[in-house]
Amino acid sequence: MGNKQTIFTDEQLDAYQDCTFFTRKEILRLHGRFYELAPNIVPMDYTDDPDVKLPIQLILSMPELMENPFKERIVQAFSEDGEGNLSFNDFVDMFSVMSEMAPRELKAIYAFKIYDFNTDNFICKSDLEKTLNKVTREELEEEEVTLVCEKVIEEADMDGDGKLAFADFENMISKAPDFLSTFHIRI
Amino acid sequence: MDSEADNDVFLPEGSSVTPNQFLHELPSYQSLVRRKPLNYGTMESRRSTGKKRSLSRELSHLEVVDANTPPREFALSMQQKRKLRDEQAMHSQHTKGWDHWKDNTRNFRRKLKHDTFGFLKHLWLWRSNINDIEGKFGTGIGSYFSFLRFVVLLNFVIFLLMFCFVTLPLVISKMEVFNSTQVVSSSFEPACSKYSLPSQVLKYFYSNIIDLLSGTGFLELTYLFYGFYTIDSVTVYSFKYSLPLAYVLVTIVYLLLSIFWIVKRAVEGFKHNLVSDEERFQSFCNKVFAGWDFCIKDQYYARLKHSSLLHELKTDLAEERLRHRKEKRTQRETIRIYLLRIFLNLIVISVLGCCFYAVYLATSYSQDYSITMNAQMDDRLSLVVEYLPSIVITIANFITPIVFENIVRYEDYSPAFEIRFTLIRCVFVRLASIAVLLVSLWTKIALCSRQSCEPCGYNHKDYACWETNVGQEMYKLMIFDFLIILAVTIFVEFPRKLLVTNLSWKPLKWWGQQEFEIPQNVLELVYGQTICWIGAFYSPLLPAIATMKYFIIFYVKKITLMENCRPATRPFRASSSNFFFLVILLIGLILACIPVGVGIAYLNASKACGPFINYNTSWDIVPDTVKTFPHGLKTTIYILSSESFAVPFFLLTCLVMFYFIALAGAHKKAVEQLQEQLAMASRDKMFLIRRLAEAHSISI
Repeated sequence: MGNKQTIFTDEQLDAYQDCTFFTRKEILRLHGRFYELAPNIVPMDYTDDPDVKLPIQLILSMPELMENPFKERIVQAFSEDGEGNLSFNDFVDMFSVMSEMAPRELKAIYAFKIYDFNTDNFICKSDLEKTLNKVTREELEEEEVTLVCEKVIEEADMDGDGKLAFADFENMISKAPDFLSTFHIRI
Repeated sequence: MDSEADNDVFLPEGSSVTPNQFLHELPSYQSLVRRKPLNYGTMESRRSTGKKRSLSRELSHLEVVDANTPPREFALSMQQKRKLRDEQAMHSQHTKGWDHWKDNTRNFRRKLKHDTFGFLKHLWLWRSNINDIEGKFGTGIGSYFSFLRFVVLLNFVIFLLMFCFVTLPLVISKMEVFNSTQVVSSSFEPACSKYSLPSQVLKYFYSNIIDLLSGTGFLELTYLFYGFYTIDSVTVYSFKYSLPLAYVLVTIVYLLLSIFWIVKRAVEGFKHNLVSDEERFQSFCNKVFAGWDFCIKDQYYARLKHSSLLHELKTDLAEERLRHRKEKRTQRETIRIYLLRIFLNLIVISVLGCCFYAVYLATSYSQDYSITMNAQMDDRLSLVVEYLPSIVITIANFITPIVFENIVRYEDYSPAFEIRFTLIRCVFVRLASIAVLLVSLWTKIALCSRQSCEPCGYNHKDYACWETNVGQEMYKLMIFDFLIILAVTIFVEFPRKLLVTNLSWKPLKWWGQQEFEIPQNVLELVYGQTICWIGAFYSPLLPAIATMKYFIIFYVKKITLMENCRPATRPFRASSSNFFFLVILLIGLILACIPVGVGIAYLNASKACGPFINYNTSWDIVPDTVKTFPHGLKTTIYILSSESFAVPFFLLTCLVMFYFIALAGAHKKAVEQLQEQLAMASRDKMFLIRRLAEAHSISI
C-alpha cells in the first residue's frame, strides 16, 4: 500500500498499550486479524471508535480457537453482551488476557468464567461434567466421569459446600503447576 | 462434633428452604463482592455494574487502592479500563511536586521496561521457531526446545569466556603484536619434557579423516587442545597478562557461572514444586482445569491431546484403585513384592555392572592400542578402535533403557513413579559411563603399576601431555554423539516414517512412527553438556564445537519432529519437566566438576606441554600469585582460606539452612491449619444458615 492509512490515532494506541499486554505493532496486527475475519463489516479506520461487533461464528473460525474445546465459552466470557458477539475492544481484551504476559490472577478470573458454564458464580458438578466431557470428547464412561468430578471437588473444595466458588478455584489454580503454561493462546 | 451432627449440617438436596439469599448476605460473600466487584461476576452483574453510577464508584475505589497497578491487570472491559487509565492520569495530575515527579518517573520506567522487554523478545534466538512448535505440539515439547536453546546459550557464553581470556591472548602473541614469553621448562628431569609428535611424513587422505574425527595428528597441536597453550605471559605495554592464571580462573568461573545460571533457572520451578508439594491431591484438578493446552492449533495434535488427557485420567483412576489395593494388600503379598523388587534391582545392578565393565575394557584397549599404534601405523581398524569407548557407551545407552522399561513393569509401582524411576536409572547409566571412562583414563595416567612414573608424577612415557589426551577423548565423545544423533535421524527415523506411511502392512502400521520422547532427548542433551563441561578445561575450544553442534541439532530435531515423529502418547508436562531437566543438568554439572577439580588440583600438570610446565599442579599458580599480592590482601586471603575461618563459616551456613528448613516446615503447618480453619468456618456458617432458615420458616 502506497499511502499509509491511519487505523488508530496515537492516543488510541497509547491507551491500548496501557490497557493490554500488547505493543503497538501487535495491536495493529490484531486489527489486521480482526479485519480479515469480515473485511466488509470491519472498517479500516478505527479513529472514531466505530461500534462494530462480529458474531461468534466468525470468531470461532480463527485457527487459534478452532481446535479449542472451550472456544464458545472463551468468546462468551469476553463479549460484553454475554452472547458471544465481540467488538474489537473485546477481541483485543481476549487475546491480552490469554497472552503470555498476563498475570496468573487475571487469567484465573477469566478461567473461572470459562469453566462456569451456567454462569451461577460457582463451578458445580454439572459444570465439571461439561468441562470433563469437552476435554475428553465424551470418551470417559459415565461412572468414571462422576468419579473424577467427585475427586476434583474433594481436592479443591475447601469450605466443603460441594461446589467450587471463585476463592476455591483461585486457590486451586495457584497450586496447579500446568495452568500458566497451558492457559495462553499464541497469536 | 459427632458424625450425625456432622451430616446434619448440610442441607439435603431438594430442601424446601433455599439458602441462596442468605448466602448472598453472608459477610464473606459480601466482602468478596466488594473486593473484586467485576472480576468474576456473571454477564448480568457485569452489565448491571456497567451502569454509570456504580461503575464510577467502583473505579474510584479501585483507583484509591491500586493507583500503581496498570489498568491492563484488571479484569474489566476495555472502556472501563480506559476510564480507569484516565482517572489514574487525573490522579497523577492532582498530585503536585515530588509525588507527581515520582509517579511520572515510575510510569516512564514501567513503560521503558515494557518496551525494552518487548524489543528483547524479538531478539531471542529461535523465538518464532519455538512458538511454532509450541503452537503445534503443545508446551511440553516446546519446553524441550527452550531447554535446548538454553544449552546453546550457555555453551556460547562459556566459549566467549574461554576465547576472550585464553585463546585470544595466545592468538595475539602468536601474531607477535605484543611481547610475550614462552614457557621455558625448568624441570630437572629431561625425560619429563620429552614430547614427540607423530611424524608429519606423507600421509594418506584417509588418515587425515581419522585425525579430524579423533583429534590426533594435525589437530593435536592447534588451539583446540591444552598442549598448544604454552605461553606464560603476554605483556601489553606495562601490563603483564598471565595466561596460566587466566586459564585456571576462567575454568573456575565457567563452572560457577553454569551452576548459578542453572540454579537461577531452577529456583522458579523449585518454588512451584514446593508449593504444589502435595501433587497427589491436585492431580485431577490439574488435569481437568489446566490439562488442555490452549496453544494447540493443529487438528491432529488436538486429537492427540484429547486422547492423552483421557489416557492420563484413566491411569490416574487406575492409580487410585491401585492405592486401594495396596492398602488391602496382605503381608504375604507385600513380602513377595519386596522380594521381587530386590531381585529385579539385583538384575539392574548386574546389567549396569556389565555396561561399566565393558566401558572400562573398551577404554583400556583403545588406549593401549593408540599407544602402540605408532609401530604398526596404518590399520583399517584404527578408527573403530579409537572410537571404541564412544561406541560402547552409545550401545549401552541404547540397550539399557529398553531393559529398564521392561523390568520396571514387574515391580508394581504406580505409572507416574515408573516413568521417573526408569529415567533416573537411565541418567545414572549415561553419567556413570562417562565417569567410568574417566576413571579408567585416570588409572592409565596417574596410577603407575607397570611403568615407573617417579620423576614426573604421571605416566610420562605414554602420556607426555596427558591433558591433551583427555581433551581428545572428550572431543571424540562429543563428535561421536553428534554423528549418532544425525545418523539415527537419517538412517532410522526417516526410513521408518517412509515405511510406515507408504506400506500398508499390518505389523508395520502397529509399529507406527517414531515417538518424540522428551526424556530420552533431554538425557542426550545432558550427556553432551557434561562432556563439554569436562572437556572445556582440556580443550578450550570445545564449547565452540558444542555451540555449533547444538545449533545444528536444534534444526535437526525440529525437522525430525515436524516430519518423522508423532508426539509420545504419554506426554511430559511443561511445568514439572522444566524443573526436572535442570535438576538432571545440575547432576551432570556436579559430576563434571569432580574430574576437572581433580585434574586441576590433584594431578601433576604435564611437564612437556601446556601453560603449567613449571608448576607441580595447575592449581599451584593461584597460591604463587597470591604470594605476590601486597601484605594486607595476602593476609586476608590466607585467613579466609584457613580452617579457622572455614569451619565456623560452614557451621553458620548449616545454621542458616536449618533455620530456613524449619521456617518452611512452619509455613506448611500454618497453611494446613488455615485450611482446616476455613473448612470449619464454612461448616459453622452452613449450620447457622440452617438454623436461621428454620427459625424463618417457623416464624412464618
